Amino acid sequence: METVVARAGLWYALILLAVIAAANAQDLAFTVHMWIVAAAAAVCLFIAVSKPDYGAIARGILRTPEDPSRYDDDPIRWGVLATSFWGLVGLLVGVIIALQLVFPALNLEPWFNFGRMRPLHTSAVIFAFGGNALIATSFYVVQRTCRARLAFPRLARFVFWGYQLFIVLAATGYLLGSTQSREYAEPEWHVDLWLTIVWVAYGAVFIGTILKRNEPHIYVANWFYLAFIITIAMLHIVNNLAVPVSLVGSQSYSLFAGVQDALTQWWYGHNAVGFFLTAGFLAMMYYFVPKQAERPVYSYRLSIIHFWSLIFLYIWAGPHHLHYTALPDWAQTLGMVFSVLLWMPSWGGMINGLMTLNGAWDKIRTDPIIRMMVIALAFYGMATFEGPLLSIRAVNSLSHYTDWTIGHVHAGALGWNGMITFAAIYYLVPRLWKRERLYSLRWVNWHFWLATAGIVFYAASMWVAGIMQGLMWREYGADGYLVYSFAETVVALRPLYLMRAFGGLLYLAGAILMAVNIQRTIAGRLRDEKPMSDAAYDSAADRPIVAEPAE
Amino acid sequence: MTNPSEEKPTDAELARQEPLDVEVTVKGHKRIERNVTLLAVLTFIAVAIGGIVEIAPLFWIDNTIEEVDGMRPYTPLEQAGRDIYVREGCYTCHSQMVRPFRDEVERYGHYSLAAESMYDHPFQWGSKRTGPDLARVGGRYSDEWHVQHLKDPRSVVPESIMPSYAFLAETKLDLPNPSARLTALRAVGVPYTDRDVTRAGEDLRAQANPNRDAEDLADRYPKAQIRDFDGDPSRLTEMDALVAYLQMLGTLIDFQDAAALEELATETGR
Repeated sequence: METVVARAGLWYALILLAVIAAANAQDLAFTVHMWIVAAAAAVCLFIAVSKPDYGAIARGILRTPEDPSRYDDDPIRWGVLATSFWGLVGLLVGVIIALQLVFPALNLEPWFNFGRMRPLHTSAVIFAFGGNALIATSFYVVQRTCRARLAFPRLARFVFWGYQLFIVLAATGYLLGSTQSREYAEPEWHVDLWLTIVWVAYGAVFIGTILKRNEPHIYVANWFYLAFIITIAMLHIVNNLAVPVSLVGSQSYSLFAGVQDALTQWWYGHNAVGFFLTAGFLAMMYYFVPKQAERPVYSYRLSIIHFWSLIFLYIWAGPHHLHYTALPDWAQTLGMVFSVLLWMPSWGGMINGLMTLNGAWDKIRTDPIIRMMVIALAFYGMATFEGPLLSIRAVNSLSHYTDWTIGHVHAGALGWNGMITFAAIYYLVPRLWKRERLYSLRWVNWHFWLATAGIVFYAASMWVAGIMQGLMWREYGADGYLVYSFAETVVALRPLYLMRAFGGLLYLAGAILMAVNIQRTIAGRLRDEKPMSDAAYDSAADRPIVAEPAE
Repeated sequence: MTNPSEEKPTDAELARQEPLDVEVTVKGHKRIERNVTLLAVLTFIAVAIGGIVEIAPLFWIDNTIEEVDGMRPYTPLEQAGRDIYVREGCYTCHSQMVRPFRDEVERYGHYSLAAESMYDHPFQWGSKRTGPDLARVGGRYSDEWHVQHLKDPRSVVPESIMPSYAFLAETKLDLPNPSARLTALRAVGVPYTDRDVTRAGEDLRAQANPNRDAEDLADRYPKAQIRDFDGDPSRLTEMDALVAYLQMLGTLIDFQDAAALEELATETGR
């Protein structure tokens, strides 16, 4: 009883603190954020006082018995649902901002102008969709490959809910005009502090689970997850160093200025790609591809070489975002050289993934989930070839500031991150909800083709747009004057922007199909269709080793 | 790999699937794979090196930032406008970094120097030009043009796809504590004087209101443009602040000055 009172008191104090902060807030964004925190604390207070067994209710809905001899999969189930939900949000906002560039009337000032919606799109896709996928799959993979239940189960639940709170605070902040303007690190100082707490908890759960493992060996997927968690912590803390104007306001000023600030930001920005979107997703690849293909990873030695070279080289590549700027030449050159070197370890990962299918190539024809994984790896290979190419200064002088960069990023994000995540979700849902199979494998096939066609439209239109705009900017006439005004290049891009929006719409349609498919799978429905083959799953073997008392 | 057998790998087998023949080459690495502390420490060392080598020297190599005349911290009104520029995400479509190419220099003006963003917390170099570069937009257009363009971009540039920012003209510039912003900026290294900080509120109003005495402001902030910016002298709006910021961009260094050009020409080692 005393603990209930103490806990309720704690939550009550937090509500009080948040309301006081809201009352004294210096700006609208901070006021709204404090009310959100107060509401979240109120929900926690209600749970603490009324003490109904919400775990049991959730298990009732999700129909999964709590059993210590099974893996702790609740946070993973929530994570899979959150991943698909935020994926839809992020893609929808993406389609909207793509259309805003064609039809400027779609900008609804002030909250829904392009400048505020664009960080909403990037953060929703990278951190809400990608981040939830990474947290959920890492908890799934680390339990299975360590043959142990999650360390600190309560903390794991805190990680999930705390991360959702971070997403809500970040998203509402952007629309209300709270931003640091650091690309992919836009949330202001108070939201950054919260994410730091959640991230440390995440690291504790992950490393704690590895420490209590029942396998002597740490599987390669866990190396990548570990590198992702450690490096993101380092990048997040250094890049967000700032001095707030007021402790009850969201405004802050970056600790660094100008050229140092720019390089710190792109050291962060490029490695958000390198460690969030590459190392973390390679970890997913290293578990789900072998499982779905029912083949061991192609080369153990290659995985060692490419792991260490990838994490060492990636960190250096940031300056290629600042070619021909006021950044000193020596730093630009270092960034370019290491970016080109990075091609090799990137392809090491692609080769290790693709060659895992050795002896099972027929599955590309028969298994749409494997097909998704293969196209993800193919796009990973393409994007990591294009990246070094764009980082060469001569190429960059044309491509920088144009839509070529946008196309490159989306080949990676839609092709690699999106596809490997969809494949992992399709793998996980029947296993997590104890279903015989997905509602429809044929729908997975439809999803595959919608998404692939969407990417082709997207990437092709952005290549043309970027190269065309770059060439128009530098076009000289016979008279020695610039041929095009800036406004003329904007007009020229219009049809390509429309085509890009269409590609995005196709990709979104595929994701909607996935959401319906997994909803029906969870509901226990099976579509009456001609079967396509799927990987076998033995639920009896899917459990940790528990010490059994001597007879 | 030789013909993999028909049996399916379990999770446990995946975890220890290294073939025996590579035992010798990976002996050292095996220790790392069995010790998460060692793995974490080595990973951290591997990812820390690049940043240390590339970023840290920028703080102590002298010629990273050129020595040029004319740079000064932003006035409180310009800084308020800059904060609005950041808030609205202008950097998502406009760069502030002219590269040293013939076409860019002809289109936008002299290429950007590192010194020009030395008081920029955060930097606004941008990464995408959906709209033109703004590093030297100051003085290129009239205040009236900027106000009209921000209220309804297509009324002055029919091809534009920029969102409208009419609400800025309706929104009072509401800073709960103008001095606090300068104090925070001083904490991160911008050389504001005590007088700059204490008079921040007065400076803010004086710059956009021709009826106030702005002599003191003009002394402390050389080249500060002092006038009503949004066309309504009776009110201090966010439009005043943003236009004041846009009108000073790239105007502090005089590139026509022969001495300045000569000094730049001798810059080496960059």
